[in-house]
Amino acid sequence: MEMFSSVPEFKVAIDAHRCRLCQRCVENCSFGALEWRENKVKAFDDRCVACQRCVSMCPEDAITLHRTPSVMSTHPVWTENARRDVFTQARTGAVLLASTGNELHERIIFDNLLLDACQVTNPAIDPLREPIELRTHIGKKPRSVEFEAIDDGITLTTELSPALRLDIPIMIAQMSYGALSLEAHEALARAAVMSGTTMGSGEGGLHKKLYQYADHIVVQVASGRFGVHLAYLNAGAAVEIKIGQGAKPGIGGHLPGIKISEEIAETRMIPIGVDAISPAPHHDIYSIEDLALLVNSLKEATRYKKPVFVKIAAVHNVAAISSGVCRAGADAIVVDGFRAGTGATPKVIRDNIGIPIELAIASVDQRLRDEGIRNETSIIASGTIRNSGDVAKAIALGADAVKIGTAALIALGCTVCKRCYTGRCAWGITTQDPKLRSRLDPAEGARRVANLLAAWSIELKEILGAAGINSIESLRGNRDRLRGYELDHTTLEILGVQHAGR
Amino acid sequence: MHILADFKHYKELNEEVAQAISDGAAQLTLEDVNGQSFIANGLRGSLEIDIYGTPGNDLGMFMDGPRVTVFGNVQDGVGNTMSSGTIVVHGDGRDILGHSMRGGKIFVQGDVGYRVGIHMKTYKSSVPIIVAGGRAGDFLGEYMAGGIIIILGIHKTSNKIDCLGDWVATGQHGGTIYVRGEVDDQKLGDGAAQFPMTANDEIVVKNVLTEYCSEFGLNVDSVLETEFTKIAPGSPRLYAAFYTCD
Repeated sequence: MEMFSSVPEFKVAIDAHRCRLCQRCVENCSFGALEWRENKVKAFDDRCVACQRCVSMCPEDAITLHRTPSVMSTHPVWTENARRDVFTQARTGAVLLASTGNELHERIIFDNLLLDACQVTNPAIDPLREPIELRTHIGKKPRSVEFEAIDDGITLTTELSPALRLDIPIMIAQMSYGALSLEAHEALARAAVMSGTTMGSGEGGLHKKLYQYADHIVVQVASGRFGVHLAYLNAGAAVEIKIGQGAKPGIGGHLPGIKISEEIAETRMIPIGVDAISPAPHHDIYSIEDLALLVNSLKEATRYKKPVFVKIAAVHNVAAISSGVCRAGADAIVVDGFRAGTGATPKVIRDNIGIPIELAIASVDQRLRDEGIRNETSIIASGTIRNSGDVAKAIALGADAVKIGTAALIALGCTVCKRCYTGRCAWGITTQDPKLRSRLDPAEGARRVANLLAAWSIELKEILGAAGINSIESLRGNRDRLRGYELDHTTLEILGVQHAGR
Repeated sequence: MHILADFKHYKELNEEVAQAISDGAAQLTLEDVNGQSFIANGLRGSLEIDIYGTPGNDLGMFMDGPRVTVFGNVQDGVGNTMSSGTIVVHGDGRDILGHSMRGGKIFVQGDVGYRVGIHMKTYKSSVPIIVAGGRAGDFLGEYMAGGIIIILGIHKTSNKIDCLGDWVATGQHGGTIYVRGEVDDQKLGDGAAQFPMTANDEIVVKNVLTEYCSEFGLNVDSVLETEFTKIAPGSPRLYAAFYTCD
């Protein structure tokens, strides 16, 4: 049967006058969109993902990528994307796989939140000349502290829970080795060391080469328990139980066997070439009581030296769930919003499940305060943090710290072409192909991520200074320093924020 | 060395155990154990721990090496994410026994509960083994990615006739389950299939059961008189055509 095959999304334009036929673009294209045929570069538009690798590598600037001018008639409901998805599924009968974060909901509440500054009535602080504290402690805080007088001063007698000490309130999110290349994983680990923060191991274990950075790595325990063993748990700065992920709440993971190379197999502790399937739930956790068991089991296995975090996706009842997670003994709750990124997720799940992180932070913080247990756990927010403004707003809404995933990958060279799941990343980030991996230099990558974090830290200090606040801890949950702009009444009520002008 | 568990909180009991080990004890006997969780959690090396009573959830979780013998029944999560070692239970086991187990052996004299051996994996030369003398509940070997499970159906405390529950090996993509006697195909979940026993399978079963039977004073030859059924993944890539690019 003859079928209309949908229009390619992008068009590769090669300026014949500029092209000197060096074939560098052909070598660099990992998606097969450029081929050397009959002594010239031939473009296959339908394979192009607009990753910009060829554009960057062309020594003559001869290549430009364009969005294909549509030849399909327009329709407000049946957009080209909607039609393209139906065509694909009619052809394959399969679940649509997608990468990166939610594409359906463009509006970001952060953009409608405005930060405050001092004018006249109290002085702003100049961060270039006065100290402003970004240090953040993640973990349980005691309800009260007791001291005892000793000969030459006082000593703390209250027993403190193990906490994670960060120089900045920005952590690097959980992304697994397997989803990421080893080079990308190493770059993020080194960046965490350079920036005085942590990165997440993700759920695929920790490559032996990365154990040297483990005191800056939060090791994850997910439902598949890949690469989880005593040395791994005890090496990390903290242990994180992954219940859910913002890009795919309530569903498991699936790393296809073709991606399980020798090194990944060794790290995940599974045979080469066998699918790595993470079940949707942890089958030892069917309740808050069961979660408490795993939290306590991990504390036993690490002899009460490591804080244990629990990561959940922001779903409808996130506040009540967080209360349970806190009562299960989690030292921090990681809340991942519905725009959070991923290497691979069913598109329908990515685009339709979960709630915005801004609302989740505010409602979780409020719930824990109302119940008088806010000191028992820290809140770490992730899934949309694009810049230092988002960091400040997330903290003002009630988070202790944030995690960045996509932003860190963009710092490594990701152009958000959204094809992580193909394993053909032209920038060496989400691939296991040795040739592609070699394009990413871990040292240079680490520098770039550390630069990003350093820049955001300066900006955070500027934001704090402008607001007359000299410590990030004083911004936490300080919603009085936020105003909403063009937000509806319900949104403002949940955020606990006044409208601008009030 | 003897430790009386009695009504101690698990934290206190496990701290005593850890202290005894760091003081050099290689053999420990825990008496009057009353549901204390996490016993032998994360313990390493060639220790021997005998437990009298009923240990609580996650016995031997993350364990790497020790031998634990329980004279009594056990609760959920025995050998959860265990790396190596041996757990012998002179009694019945419960749910998710051997969850994500990566190595070592769990020998249960009687029945085991739901989702036993879920997500077991083989890693290099390390092959996790579970043997239950009685009956297994539903979802035995779910998501099984490696290792060996043997269900004998001998010492059944349950009054059910069949020695298997429903949905056996749903989503299995590695490892092998051996069941003493015939298995109704309707019991199998998606991904699992029955295969004829090979000569190698016979050797594996005999070797494992020789060790198992010596633990419980059974005659291995009479156990082996009944023919075994082999259950393994029906396809190496169960979900190969499940996804497409957006």
